[in-house]
Amino acid sequence: MRRSTREILIKRAFMATAVTSLAVLALIMVFLFMEGLPAFGFVSVKDFLTGMDWYPTDEANPAYGILPLIAASASVTALSSLVAIPLGVMTAVYLAEIASPRVRAVVKPVVEMLASLPSVVIGFFGMVVMAPFLQDYFDIPVGLNLANAALMLAFMSVPTIASVSEDAIYAVPRDLKEASFALGATHLETLLRVTIPASLSGIGTAVILGMSRAIGETMVVLMVAGGAAVIPDSLWSPVRPMPASIAAEMAEAPFRGHHYHALFATAMVLFLVTLSFNILADYISHKHQQTGSASL
Amino acid sequence: MNVDATLSLPTPPRRSLSVTTGRDRVRKTKQWLAFMLLRGAILTVAAALAVIIGFLLVNGLSSISWSFLTEVPRNNMTEGGIWPCIVGTVLLSLGAMAVALPLGVASAIYLHEYAQPGRLMRIIRLGVNNLAGVPSVVFGLFGLGLFVTVLDLGVSLLAGWLTLGVLCLPVIIGTTEEALKSVPATYREASLALGGTKWQTIWRVVLPSALPGILTGSILGISRAAGETAAIMFTAAVFYTPKMPSSMFSDVMALPYHIYVLATAGTEIEKTRPIQYGTALVLIGLVLGMNLFAIFLRAWLQRRGKR
Repeated sequence: MRRSTREILIKRAFMATAVTSLAVLALIMVFLFMEGLPAFGFVSVKDFLTGMDWYPTDEANPAYGILPLIAASASVTALSSLVAIPLGVMTAVYLAEIASPRVRAVVKPVVEMLASLPSVVIGFFGMVVMAPFLQDYFDIPVGLNLANAALMLAFMSVPTIASVSEDAIYAVPRDLKEASFALGATHLETLLRVTIPASLSGIGTAVILGMSRAIGETMVVLMVAGGAAVIPDSLWSPVRPMPASIAAEMAEAPFRGHHYHALFATAMVLFLVTLSFNILADYISHKHQQTGSASL
Repeated sequence: MNVDATLSLPTPPRRSLSVTTGRDRVRKTKQWLAFMLLRGAILTVAAALAVIIGFLLVNGLSSISWSFLTEVPRNNMTEGGIWPCIVGTVLLSLGAMAVALPLGVASAIYLHEYAQPGRLMRIIRLGVNNLAGVPSVVFGLFGLGLFVTVLDLGVSLLAGWLTLGVLCLPVIIGTTEEALKSVPATYREASLALGGTKWQTIWRVVLPSALPGILTGSILGISRAAGETAAIMFTAAVFYTPKMPSSMFSDVMALPYHIYVLATAGTEIEKTRPIQYGTALVLIGLVLGMNLFAIFLRAWLQRRGKR
């Protein structure tokens, strides 16, 4: 075989492999839709998305409304963002701008290790430590609830938010900061008026990715959220976010029965939500890519 | 920023000088307070990690013994050890890596060495990023639909390998690309100048120097796969099996699923607490150990690279 022919073949082979990720993503979509769409044969899209009752196992009168699950996912994610965004962004600012190399060498692995903690361990911690603590301290009937799940999820999204924003803050050109210092601004003033505004799109991307991780996180909400399929009315309501419902019920759902299809349809909703979050994050990071001082 | 240095002749009135320093003091104080707040944030993050690890150490250490690690569960999993779970988790994560590593490294080579910036590359990257964002339970359903049902592998090691393999793919692609990025362009140019083809350059020059970085990535990938629960719940892991895995079509027990099952679904949740703590401790020991190793390896590589 001629050398150039071989080179072209090798390149093609690599290209084919690189498309695997895309193919897998497409296959995931195909399978979710294939098993999820039949659900709309026995429940309308509107009833499915806005129905208030999720009683898939009721023999006489099953109800497939996932609004309580959607509301649970949304409230858990929103609440956890309230904790995770400030904590994550502050950690990122500290790491990128203030920490000395020695402190950085310690703190960065800490953040990475927090990111690598298996979610089942965090869920376990929420169950056996946080839940009894909340129960005693706030004198509430159940410790497995919205607030507990949100707090545990926050610790899972902090590392994502911190590491992505840190890269963005780190990438702010040095001359911008030096110009600000030269005008007599303090380090804090430079941070607030120059560095952070300049890296805002990167921080935005980080926040969206962190929230997307929280929406899709399964084990924590499965173990800690409480599991009641109702619209939450307080911080202490037990809730049943979408991933928890899927993971908890899939094993018992009869193969290709109504319940099975309804769970796949729920996964479809979940997948589309995280997909749009990720595409949004990608769009922001490309649209407002930091290109020197030009984008300020 | 020395204020006095800018004030050369003529000497300004005393009052204006004191006003300036007063405002400066406020600004400095504000900065000090803000930086303290930031320190508070990282302390919170570090404390969260320390509390979780410390808590598991305190409660779990007493359960760890040689027999706990090497015996099989007995009496409806209320006694005995976790040996089958350790074996299952090791097999699952190594197998997942065997799936993800070739695919991931090849994808990264294409993205970093061959692809020209353009639409195809943009779409592939978007695909990789989105794959990284797919919830793990969705991977579980996908594995159930494709590998377990359509390909008829059943709940098996093989189905788990494939599911976890595609789940880890973005990790491997990301870290391999980093590793390829750190290979200096001069290496490639030198090889090309000697008449090496693109492939020869990649195979003989680029990959060998990127190898330690790729190794770091695969350790991170293994640890990710080892801790994953939702993706193996429907594809590979079972509640309890008396048999050790004998082929790639066997179902297995796994550490993360064992914790979940004992903590939520067992009949005697309180009674098996010590086993739960012990299992969780073994799992984080495994996962964090691998991560620390990867972190040190990377730090060592960076130091070596600077020299």
